[in-house]
Amino acid sequence: MTTTSLRLRAGLVSIALLAAFLGIWHLATRSTGTVATMTPEYAKLMGLTATQGKSAMPGPLDVGAKLWEHLKRPFYDNGPNDKGLGIQLAYSIARVGTGYLLAVLVAIPLGFIIGMSPLLSKALDPFIQVLKPISPLAWMPLALYTIKDSSISAIFVIFICSIWPMLLNTVFGVASVRKEWINVARTLEVGTLRRAFTVILPAAAPTILTGMRISIGIAWLVIVAAEMLVGGTGIGYFVWNEWNNLSITNVIIAILLIGIIGMLLDQILARFTRMVTFPE
Amino acid sequence: MSTFDNPFDPNRNLQAGCVCGEHRSAAEHDQASLAFGCEPVESEEKRYEGVVASAVMRAIFPQDVARRAFLKSVGASTALAALSQFFPLQTATEVFAQAGTPEKKDLKVGFIPITCATPIIMAAPLGFYAKHGLNVEVVKTAGWAVIRDKTINKEYDAAHMLAPMPIAISLGLGANAIPFAVPAIENINGQGIVLATKHKDRRDPKDWKGLKFAIPFDYSMHNYLLRYYLAEHGLDPDTDVQLRSVPPPEMVANLRADNIDGFLAPDNVCQRAIYDGVGFMHLLSKEIWDGHPCCSFAASREFITTAPNSFAALTRAIVDATAYASKAENRKQIAEAIAPANYINAPVTVLEQVLTGTYADGLGGVKTDAKRVDFDPFPWQSFAVWMLTQMKRWGQIKGDVDYKAVAEQVYLATDTRKLMTEMGLTPPASAYKSFAVMGKTFDPAKPDDYVASFKIRKAS
Repeated sequence: MTTTSLRLRAGLVSIALLAAFLGIWHLATRSTGTVATMTPEYAKLMGLTATQGKSAMPGPLDVGAKLWEHLKRPFYDNGPNDKGLGIQLAYSIARVGTGYLLAVLVAIPLGFIIGMSPLLSKALDPFIQVLKPISPLAWMPLALYTIKDSSISAIFVIFICSIWPMLLNTVFGVASVRKEWINVARTLEVGTLRRAFTVILPAAAPTILTGMRISIGIAWLVIVAAEMLVGGTGIGYFVWNEWNNLSITNVIIAILLIGIIGMLLDQILARFTRMVTFPE
Repeated sequence: MSTFDNPFDPNRNLQAGCVCGEHRSAAEHDQASLAFGCEPVESEEKRYEGVVASAVMRAIFPQDVARRAFLKSVGASTALAALSQFFPLQTATEVFAQAGTPEKKDLKVGFIPITCATPIIMAAPLGFYAKHGLNVEVVKTAGWAVIRDKTINKEYDAAHMLAPMPIAISLGLGANAIPFAVPAIENINGQGIVLATKHKDRRDPKDWKGLKFAIPFDYSMHNYLLRYYLAEHGLDPDTDVQLRSVPPPEMVANLRADNIDGFLAPDNVCQRAIYDGVGFMHLLSKEIWDGHPCCSFAASREFITTAPNSFAALTRAIVDATAYASKAENRKQIAEAIAPANYINAPVTVLEQVLTGTYADGLGGVKTDAKRVDFDPFPWQSFAVWMLTQMKRWGQIKGDVDYKAVAEQVYLATDTRKLMTEMGLTPPASAYKSFAVMGKTFDPAKPDDYVASFKIRKAS
């Protein structure tokens, strides 16, 4: 009873906040009417911001109308530089997916080995600590220059930046498996490989998945920036292309969609985390 | 003087030889054109026919006197009929028009979404690439450094570059030294200095000390022209003002945010700032140097040697598109063709103002200048020499430069002249011309003296 009413009340507050936000946004971006006296022939050559005093920021109604337009045909393809938002998002998700999966394939086995060996763990620590804080975009020029292919470069950047949280969390999860459990396995004479899969993996799984969840968040953050830099396809390219056109409306729409997709990706991994977590 | 100007314009300098470049004198040209008409004609086929027929005539009559006598005695039409009898003119023309089969038909050409890329872009929707047997994908690219890297990486077969960029790449400035070449200039003129509206009473550059200006790239005509303009007014661009490399869309946003005071940028960016009501046109770059080159069409030497026919077909398509763009009556159609999101992604009014030259100046007036942006593909090697002098002047090149050698290696005037002649166009006979920048004459034969003549320059 109390939880439902709390949920209801929270929902109502959310809606009220949204309404207030949209209202203020609308009022703040209203056009102020004709700003200066211009000859009609001059006015014809000028944009609405100059002639109607329209704010450079679009209002919520402009964004809504444009968003509807995009949602009506998400998969159109007008040539190499103009594709629907659905196609752009698909490109971005595919890039993130590829880079992220490669990172999973490297980070988790490597994390396992490092976590099980205190020597390696200590020896590699300085390298990981130095590599971890490097901004993914700092890798971009280097990648473009050495890999010589822009879409592989984008995937590489996703790979390199999503590997560290996964690796560190895997190491931490593996290293902090309770000693008793490992000792029990030892007494039962369980082999190393079997111990890794039947004892350590289940015990470390929640931590590993937390690392994976952090990584997917970072990967999604990075792809937009990477695509803005290399251009071509993807939601990041879309933002850049519309920025180029100074179309803030489309930029806002892209931001909204990036947020929603990011949330979905995070929720999927959160669900996995819940699946492997066990109550102690 | 544009290559595409009316050859019958009395003010036009026809240089040595005749209008079409095929004959040694104007009189000889007139004689030949009586028979076959070798100045640019309406249709492509006619043009090629003329070229082929002239070639055949020259082969049959190596002696001009004999040919003239023959033509005079039988008349042009009889001559043509006689010629066609024993020489398959029609077939020859077809073979000629096809030129060599391209080694590679599917090509990728990178461009930056600005009006300077007009010929490269419009060649796709208006079918100029297809006409020359190519399937070209024009790919929008995020910035000059990226277009450089993607072309070096061979993701692009050729690309839109700022005119000085291929020179810089060939010399290894800001990149590994990789030989690049320019078969065609994309556009001439087509830039402007825009200032924030609050500076509308501050039109004398002498008062500009401390202002912040944006340029798109270090190795650009934008950079050299702005520096030249400031220096001519007694300002040292390195110490008296701030020059920043800023991507064009950010120029408009920064101008609105009061972050910069002005910029020298491609015309569509200038016009966009005016359209959005944040700046005004201080002056067009053509007022600094009328007819200056702006952007170029560039490819690596490697591409040219591995796929010479593809390269020739590409150059033909670009030259063809440039010729089409140089005509004022086509400009509105072009603006519409290149405005969609797939290409420049800008309001049609903005592009139309740039291309037709009737534009709002940002101060309430409407100005007209049909040559605000113009198109002339011939890669004058003297342009390259001038750019090298400015690279030297501002410390981008240190030490001695062999101006002529670099210019001739990068700007392919000879090859372009050959292609243009084959296409029935009229390229200039020499690749060097003298011109004046802000009233100061540049002699391409004496680049070192030119550099030394400037009071304001970086000591090197």
